[in-house]
Amino acid sequence: MIDQIKNIFDITARSLSAQQVRLNTIASNIANAHTKVGDPAKAYRPLKPVFEAVMSDKQGEDGLATVDVSKIVALNRAPTKIYEPANPAADKDGFVYESPVNQEEELIEMLDASRAYQNNLEVISTMRTLMVRTIDIGK
Amino acid sequence: MQVFKNALQLYSDTLSIREQRSQLIAGNIANVSTPQFKARDISFEDAVQRAMEVDKPVLKTHSKHFDLEDNQHEVGYRQPVQASEDGNTVEMSVEQMQFSENVTRYQISLSLLNKKINGLMTAIKGE
Repeated sequence: MIDQIKNIFDITARSLSAQQVRLNTIASNIANAHTKVGDPAKAYRPLKPVFEAVMSDKQGEDGLATVDVSKIVALNRAPTKIYEPANPAADKDGFVYESPVNQEEELIEMLDASRAYQNNLEVISTMRTLMVRTIDIGK
Repeated sequence: MQVFKNALQLYSDTLSIREQRSQLIAGNIANVSTPQFKARDISFEDAVQRAMEVDKPVLKTHSKHFDLEDNQHEVGYRQPVQASEDGNTVEMSVEQMQFSENVTRYQISLSLLNKKINGLMTAIKGE
């Protein structure tokens, strides 16, 4: 973890890792979309990262800001109750509890995260080209 | 050395303002999915104006006068075309446009500066 935001590389690096965490949670949610358990308390709950803007120490002067995942929360959604007596995981009444993952929601979120990731990459590769050109000045 | 300063100062000011602007826009793009984040930017024209004013010698007639050394630019907030529901005012299309405009103008300043340096070199060598 980088503590200080000094330049554009710090901004983009942290933003990329935040989007990476977001993609990780989406992957976990989609992977667990059909997980069924016999106890509603143990059912998988979709994970969501909480994004938080991080300002640099000298915020008033340079105006740098990046983003961090401050925490990852499990959504408080009720699992779907399904009657499936043949399932070995079923409780004594024959019910199983499926994780309340909304796959469409996860897919949209995945597109958004991947676009944000690409945008950040584009920024850093453009800035890197500019830096190289600036070094070559006067040649 | 004043000759070089006169010839090159404007370009170096321009480049550093453009770089600061790039960093601000990068910060906006980094925060595209942060709730309540307000997109920020600086006015390039005002910043150049301020940078040029700082170069003028200002008399300090009182010990409590501020130093005019810091030429930091005022960071403002962008007015969103349509703010999103979560209070975030970063609009990716706007930021992408601003970023690419800024980068292009940075490159223009850079090639002008290069030409200027080449011109000075030609004058020095007297070829």
